Amino acid sequence: MNTPVPGADTVFVDPLRQERLRKKARRDALIGIASLLGFVVVIVLLVGRSSGWEAVQKTFFDGDQFVESFPGLLQAFWLNVRIFLIAEPLILIIGLLVALARTIKSPIFLPIRVVATLYVDIFRGVPTILIIFLLGFGMPALQLPGVPSDAIFWGTAALVLSYGAYVAEVFRAGIGSVHSSQTMAARSLGLSSFQTNRFVVLPQAVRNVTPPLLNDFISLQKDTALVAVLGPIEVLRRAQIDTSSNFNYTPYVGAALIFIALTIPMTRFADWMAVRSARKRQAGGVA
Amino acid sequence: MSPESFIKVDQVWKSFDTHPVLRGINLSVAAHSATVLIGASGSGKSTLLRCMNALETVDAGNIVVNSELDVTAFNADLDAIRRRIGIVFQSYNLFPHMKVLENITLGPTRVLKKSKKESVEAAMQLLTRFGLEDKAHDYPDRLSGGQSQRVAIVRALAMEPEIMLFDEITSALDPMLVGEVLDTVRELREGGLTIVMATHEMSFAKEIADQVCFLRDGIVWESGTAEQVFESPKRAETQNFLQRVN
Repeated sequence: MNTPVPGADTVFVDPLRQERLRKKARRDALIGIASLLGFVVVIVLLVGRSSGWEAVQKTFFDGDQFVESFPGLLQAFWLNVRIFLIAEPLILIIGLLVALARTIKSPIFLPIRVVATLYVDIFRGVPTILIIFLLGFGMPALQLPGVPSDAIFWGTAALVLSYGAYVAEVFRAGIGSVHSSQTMAARSLGLSSFQTNRFVVLPQAVRNVTPPLLNDFISLQKDTALVAVLGPIEVLRRAQIDTSSNFNYTPYVGAALIFIALTIPMTRFADWMAVRSARKRQAGGVA
Repeated sequence: MSPESFIKVDQVWKSFDTHPVLRGINLSVAAHSATVLIGASGSGKSTLLRCMNALETVDAGNIVVNSELDVTAFNADLDAIRRRIGIVFQSYNLFPHMKVLENITLGPTRVLKKSKKESVEAAMQLLTRFGLEDKAHDYPDRLSGGQSQRVAIVRALAMEPEIMLFDEITSALDPMLVGEVLDTVRELREGGLTIVMATHEMSFAKEIADQVCFLRDGIVWESGTAEQVFESPKRAETQNFLQRVN
């Protein structure tokens, strides 16, 4: 007698085995929730029973203070958002141009390569807050004609220059991640070196580095607060002013919550992109 | 130079760092013929093919096409060379971020400056000819190895080359898929394209080759018709190699 051959799209799972798997999944979920609840209870008890908790609650988590300061904080945060929105595209442009400049091999463009390399070395080596100080106080002090003395302008410029150096390195890593056989295939079709970059290497490079780029954006969203050191009333500065006039730190917590509300969705998005591109690369297989 | 030599490889030397790969290669290929390069890995087959369309620069010697195009000239027109000489690689090297059709039309639109419409029509014609028309709008990761390699061949053909170089194009394939790729080469051979092919598929070499060259240590150790080289090899090394692969 011949063994019956199952149809090509037949799926068969042993029902007993399936039931057992389902039970295990349910049990795992219950254990997870119970463990999490227990953890929260322990933390609440530990913090709540500490001797200083009452004082901390009053100075950091004062409901009235929160309600009073929050609208002002939100309003000030709009400046952070604007700094971010202006800085981000500029950073991408500078990062890409600098990364490309560093790949040019032609001897006549040696100066461009040297300048690009120096730029990355310097601006990646100096702390961002120091660059903000130097540009924000230094440039207006020069009193050059036609050069703005606005603190927001120089604060944003400092962020752009500092992050541009980082993003240039991210792009450069992305360009390096595209296998050389891709370049060879493009060149074998007669594409010039520029066309090869433009149509074959860069699109793949950008796709490969999207997750780390998003990570840098999240970091930039927070670092807009560093501009506070120059005086513009963005959300951190606003919180500082409120704090010092009421002797209560609740506005700082409010500012932190605003940043978190913006960065968490962005972080989840970056995670999702990273998982997706990892899966894509696996599916893509051979370079 | 004999009149029938369409491609003339003359005393070509090439080394990587201190490692010599080609050591004075001589080769003559007639127009509309198929030349098959055989030999062990590392014998210089791939490097020779890459030198033939200037993907590698030679250290010494000349490669001249049709008595007028010097591939190895110091200031050679790379665009012209690569327009006329196509190459297909072992690992396909399709562009993963482009659909099949875009892979094929990239060269014609950007290098030959053809209109989009014209390139798409030509590409569809080629895809249809090789039974790939339903893959035109897929990304390369949806293709089997054999389909990928055939698309890579079509991509090179879209540039309307006079010469096609095949660099072990079936070596990365599942044995079941080798046949469809070789069928494609067979059809191109019948169409009169000049073909130079490095391969380990000896029975295919026997069938298709007008000329077989056995490479060893960077020189052409023995060459002749398929019959001469496969049936009555003159040199011991050739006999030895053929015994081991058969």
